Amino acid sequence: MSPAIRNLGERLTRHLDGTLCGLVLALMALGLFVLFSASNASFARVSAQLVNMLVALALMWAFANIPPHYLSRLALPLFLLGVGLLVAVAAFGEVVNGARRWLDLGVVRIQPSELMKIAVPLALAWYFDRYEANLRLGNYLVAAVMLAVPVALIVRQPDLGTALLIAASGFFVLYLAGLSWQLIAGLAIAGLASLPLAWSALHEYQRQRILTLIDPMQDPLGAGYHTLQSTIAVGSGGLTGKGWLNGTQSHLDFIPERTTDFIFAVYSEEFGFLGNLILLALFLLVVARAMMITARAPTLFTRLLAGALTLIFFAYAFVNMGMVAGLLPVVGVPLPLISYGGTAMVSICIGFGILMSIATHKKLVQT
Amino acid sequence: MHAVVELRNLQLELHRFHVRLAVAAGAMFLLFAILGARFFYLQVVRYEHYHTLAEANRISIVPVVPNRGIISDRNGVVLAHNFSAYTLEVTPSKAGDLEALINALSEIVEITPRDRRRFRKLLEESRNFESVPIRTRLSEEEIARFAANRYRFPGVEINARLFRQYPHGELFSHVVGYIGRINQRDLERLEESGQAANYRGTDHIGKVGVEQSYERELHGVTGVEQVETDAGGRAVRSLSRTPPVSGNNLVLTLDAKLQQVAYTAFGDYRGALVAIDPRSGAVLAFVSKPGFDPNLFVDGIDVQTWNELVGSPDKPMTNRALHGQYPPGSTIKPFMALAGLELGKRTPHYAISDPGYFTLAGGAHQWRDWKKGGHGIVDLHRSLVVSCDTYYYGLANDLGIDAIHGFLGRFGFGNRTGLDIEGEAGGILPSPQWKMSRFRQKWFAGDTISVGIGQGYIVATPLQLAYATAILAANGTAFRPHLVQHIQDSRTYQLKALPPQPAGAVPLKPENLQRVKNALVDVTRPGGTAARAGAGAPYAFAGKTGTAQVIAMKPGERYDEKRVSERLRDHALFIAYAPADNPVIALAVLVENGGSGSGTAAPIARQVLDYYLLGREPQPLARGKDDEHEPRD
Repeated sequence: MSPAIRNLGERLTRHLDGTLCGLVLALMALGLFVLFSASNASFARVSAQLVNMLVALALMWAFANIPPHYLSRLALPLFLLGVGLLVAVAAFGEVVNGARRWLDLGVVRIQPSELMKIAVPLALAWYFDRYEANLRLGNYLVAAVMLAVPVALIVRQPDLGTALLIAASGFFVLYLAGLSWQLIAGLAIAGLASLPLAWSALHEYQRQRILTLIDPMQDPLGAGYHTLQSTIAVGSGGLTGKGWLNGTQSHLDFIPERTTDFIFAVYSEEFGFLGNLILLALFLLVVARAMMITARAPTLFTRLLAGALTLIFFAYAFVNMGMVAGLLPVVGVPLPLISYGGTAMVSICIGFGILMSIATHKKLVQT
Repeated sequence: MHAVVELRNLQLELHRFHVRLAVAAGAMFLLFAILGARFFYLQVVRYEHYHTLAEANRISIVPVVPNRGIISDRNGVVLAHNFSAYTLEVTPSKAGDLEALINALSEIVEITPRDRRRFRKLLEESRNFESVPIRTRLSEEEIARFAANRYRFPGVEINARLFRQYPHGELFSHVVGYIGRINQRDLERLEESGQAANYRGTDHIGKVGVEQSYERELHGVTGVEQVETDAGGRAVRSLSRTPPVSGNNLVLTLDAKLQQVAYTAFGDYRGALVAIDPRSGAVLAFVSKPGFDPNLFVDGIDVQTWNELVGSPDKPMTNRALHGQYPPGSTIKPFMALAGLELGKRTPHYAISDPGYFTLAGGAHQWRDWKKGGHGIVDLHRSLVVSCDTYYYGLANDLGIDAIHGFLGRFGFGNRTGLDIEGEAGGILPSPQWKMSRFRQKWFAGDTISVGIGQGYIVATPLQLAYATAILAANGTAFRPHLVQHIQDSRTYQLKALPPQPAGAVPLKPENLQRVKNALVDVTRPGGTAARAGAGAPYAFAGKTGTAQVIAMKPGERYDEKRVSERLRDHALFIAYAPADNPVIALAVLVENGGSGSGTAAPIARQVLDYYLLGREPQPLARGKDDEHEPRD
């Protein structure tokens, strides 16, 4: 190989993190395999997903090359844009399936709540970094308001699942920024105490989803159907699974949304307990690597951002698998890097891009 | 020194951050361990259980659709029921090339172009894995032929299904309504109201009329059957079954025979008739003509037939009785007369000398009476019997629009009556505020004058007119009009009566009421505008004719029926109740482009009353069209 090419290669990959890249690619490859089975061997689906992945990887590379301090400058405008779009959705959004989530811009339809998945932790990390020298209770209050506004707007859409995840992402930043343990305990108690109130505010279908978790047979055709069938799929996978393309639950149409939110049921049925352990291990390795990057991050901004992105990734994986395994209520959360769908793939990979940027730009700063 | 402190602070902060990170790492690890344990429990400990569920016996949970409730009239005549038939259905996701498939199928069973069009429309509305009917009501022979060839058609099945049938066709189309296939909008509504689960397996839902408004009663509760299926997904045997609960039956207040009599009485005219029992608000007949065949909608209507229905100049899809809004014309006069007496603007003996027109003091504009030259000396009684316009122009002017608005509002004008089917129009009872918000114009004194004879801005639905007449017949007591008399529980067969719902009362002095009512009886006697329609009736009945202009006349121009094309002819109206001293039926008739109330609308009312009170079958009545001296109003 000529030195020129090697040089170019080195410049292109300078800001990528080898370990993380390897893990992401491994999970994506696994995802394509499962998708092939879940879509009943549809090459169209698989190639569409491949395109999603290539776009997501390109964005990951791009974000890896953006130095963190540029990101911190973007934080506030991005956040304000996101909130503005959410307000626009509330005012003239399109109603799809009874919820107002989409905004039609003429050319494209966008779902601004997706943008907030990155914008919220970014903005909060920026905010704490700005007041790093002397953080007071007031700062936490301002941060809490910054978090509450978009969350409230998304709850109203209604999209409880996304709202909870964004609330969690903001909470992760607050937690890492040093929100006192007493306050966390206080919030937890207040949260528990307000459960009955929250219950009465939920939509009927949301209550059903929670009740179903306790007794799926109570409504086997309705709210309980997803959980019941996905649990059967997981359980019948056994130790080693029924083998790729051989999942009966999946291929007889018992699993709804089986290429998207419930793709883990297909995986679990076909690859069994051992397959699940491998997947858990891969996710854990991703998390571990991301934690290392977080621990070594040079500034408060990068530390908070990296930490929050790591925890969000974990939360997605955990909530999705917990939902399929009947531990958590059914909420529309995809399995990161595995589920079919472009938006989630892109936002997850942008997260990894930012992590890589934090990991690699640090060295340059130090030297 | 300062720098050292800051550095130490930084160190401390970093340490604190690392502790937090470690705690988070521990929590994540713990949560993943819980997931792992759950997997272990499901996939290793309980493996046998789930294996049995999924692999050895593929149990599928199948909804068992309940029978839809039956709708009958007050005498038990069935208006909507179900019958079982075989359908040929295609599941698009399993079928491949649909065009080729349908062509191949058409060699075995007959598939008409209409079936194809309907199939294509249904296909657009349904999801890919749902089966869509290509043919309904297969004959035994067709079933046998298909069974022999079934191996050639993956994704095509024969299913036994229940179909809705409306044995009376268009007669009840606007009141019983119809059911149709559940579309995306229905689905969203079901989802929103938390009923989606109960509709798993149900294809149809009430779209219009009683079928729609009593959907919850009629649908029933879907049952669940756990069936063991073989590898091909066909049911092998039933494991457990929660039977469905059939929908409740509805007994309507309508009288099917009365409805038929009323419908036929219209002859070739378009129009509407609503008859109400003034003692309870029970709707006895509810006609909007022309109607349409509701059976067309049950299997899914094809685009061409739909376009023909919607595009027809006769507007068969319009429910004239419920949301057709027409000027009430002279049928408003009894209510105006009552207003005059009650509000002290007129005494029974006050009389005018009618020159045939009315002018406002100092104004030049003439509001003409329908009768050239006028009616001479006219008091309250005569004003109703001969339907004198001039009397009511003056009365309206003396009352003023606010008083008129207040008084007529109590008889339900300007408000929905609250009939128990959807889509009701509320009419317009004008007021200065209404005109300002609607047209951004202020109210003129002249606007009030036309309202006095039911023209100008005031419009009402035939249902509203019937309701107002019922209130008048019941001496001011109002009951909400309703169509359902009893709901029969499908399990216990017990009839639950829906009691009449009082809707307030209009306080009226008995002597005023009696004067107006007496005059209305004289309307149907010799000398009255409806004398011809009242001739020979063995019971006393009260009525009022009315004519509503379709086109505005230029000043100085006279209406000439022969010069005006059929569609622009006046609408004919008639309100009535009977027997006059103890009314059991109140009604309103509207005949579109019927010409005059006395000539076309009143004879229809007479036939309906004859049937309802005497059980007399209608005889062909001489219509007043050929009579030169027939009063126009």
